[in-house]
Amino acid sequence: MMHQLNAGMTLAYRDVLKLLRDRGRLVATFVFPFIFIGILGGSLQSSYGQTGGMNLFDFVFTGILGQTLFQSAAIGIISLIEDRENDFSQEVFIAPISRYTIIMGKIAGEGLVALVQAVGILVFARILGVSISLPQLMRSVPAMVAVCLFGGAFGVLVLGSIRTQRAANMVFPFIMLPQFFLSGVFLPVDKQKPFLSALSQLSPMRYAVDLIRGTFYMGRADEAEAVLKSVPFNLGLMTVLFVVFLVIGTTRFVKQETER
Amino acid sequence: MPPIIQVEQLVKRYRKAEQNAVDGVSFTVAPDSFFALLGPNGAGKTTAISILTTTLTPTSGLVVVAGHDVVQDPDAVRRQLGIIFQKPSLDLNLSAEENVRLHAVLYGLYPWRPFYRLMPAAYRKQVDELAAVVGLTSAEMGQAVRTFSGGMKRKLEIVRSLIHRPRVLFLDEPTTGLDPASRRGLWEYLGQVRAQGGTTVFLTTHYLEEAEDADQICILNHGRVVSMGTAETIKGDLVQNWVRLDAADRDALAAELTALGRAYERDGEGLTVPVEAADVHALLRGIDTPLTRVTTHTPTLEEAYLEILERPA
Repeated sequence: MMHQLNAGMTLAYRDVLKLLRDRGRLVATFVFPFIFIGILGGSLQSSYGQTGGMNLFDFVFTGILGQTLFQSAAIGIISLIEDRENDFSQEVFIAPISRYTIIMGKIAGEGLVALVQAVGILVFARILGVSISLPQLMRSVPAMVAVCLFGGAFGVLVLGSIRTQRAANMVFPFIMLPQFFLSGVFLPVDKQKPFLSALSQLSPMRYAVDLIRGTFYMGRADEAEAVLKSVPFNLGLMTVLFVVFLVIGTTRFVKQETER
Repeated sequence: MPPIIQVEQLVKRYRKAEQNAVDGVSFTVAPDSFFALLGPNGAGKTTAISILTTTLTPTSGLVVVAGHDVVQDPDAVRRQLGIIFQKPSLDLNLSAEENVRLHAVLYGLYPWRPFYRLMPAAYRKQVDELAAVVGLTSAEMGQAVRTFSGGMKRKLEIVRSLIHRPRVLFLDEPTTGLDPASRRGLWEYLGQVRAQGGTTVFLTTHYLEEAEDADQICILNHGRVVSMGTAETIKGDLVQNWVRLDAADRDALAAELTALGRAYERDGEGLTVPVEAADVHALLRGIDTPLTRVTTHTPTLEEAYLEILERPA
């Protein structure tokens, strides 16, 4: 057990090291949230925010936070394919550790990488004038961790059906971009047409974003307006989906690796 | 002593493939020996080694490595193996030592620590010793693998594969892409590893000269075993030794050979007599006709090997 834990931690550490040693990626990590929250949030606020009576700046900030964590963790998992193409995965796959340890280590690593990005978002949001109180932050951190794990499991599910980096590059925007709009990252999704509403309910990112919002807006006057479901509901659903995604994804991935 | 590797009727057919990549292969490997799986590109060597090292499931057949079935108990098998892959499988983002550390933790040898100096003294000692054996300095061990040459990467892979003291060390065409000096270096280190005892070396190669020193050679072609044994038995099996004789009076020589009960072939340059190497002296002593020429032919393994590869599937 200790051995598996150690092994998982090492694999996670490797991912964090990789981020810290890649200057380009580090810069991108901090520039993207700036663009999203600063420009998009600002322009949305000036166009729609005042009329709706809701602070769209906070809304977009929490949306981007949830979306970034979810997406970063999910896409990070796909680097397992990159490893396979670089032959490094051979080294990991012949190690005497459980395949679940490999996947969990990967999820933990990419989750940590996503959390580093979250720090960037929080810092920029603060600079741009979003007020974040200590209790809000304390509530958000566990939610952020949960979203990372959930995003990672979603990545594993996708990984189980993809063989090459090229396929991953093609498939990922296709499954991520619609979720961007269906999950209510930028604008509320509670007053949509039935068809879009159904699609929205099917997109996992919706629950991740809503969970982050739930912890941020908790106790605020505009909570009912911004948040769709309660924190326990989102957390419960995400836990169930986490297990389902992980088991299906890992089983399929291992099959792909060994049953060629 | 029971074999360290036992392969029985191993078959692998890849999905959507029309032919078996490995087609009913059987062999055993004795503990502490040097075993070479030899064959041209596409013979099924990498497929076989992938199954033996648990990264590929066989279609049928039995494979037992270090007492454990590769399908039933892959983790137990993995613990006993060290592997040097065809293409270096190092993480280029990490330093050389970090690659070794990652490996050591994955094999459960040491607890994970984020820095080298925090790792247990036993680990640091072992890394230093192994690095010294292959000729990597501690400064080099701290460098990013990205900056390493092909030869240095191979050296690092040796250090890494030996850190958990494997009972079987698999090398899958390890000299591909290495210059002659690095190549010779690799064999020297392997010699040292074997001299320490306790490690079986399993090599796949398409270079004949690399296999020639093996205790046992298994030649694979089109997924099947075409010959197996020591370099000597393979030579004996595959290519005939002969002596070419000539005399001023060829007819007399021919008559004498016939009288001695020897088969021969006659052409414009003399008579060719198939003969075992040990038997040449007896043959010559039995001939009275004055000879003008004697040429013995003992084929190299290279010749034997090429002959096998030319055979149709």
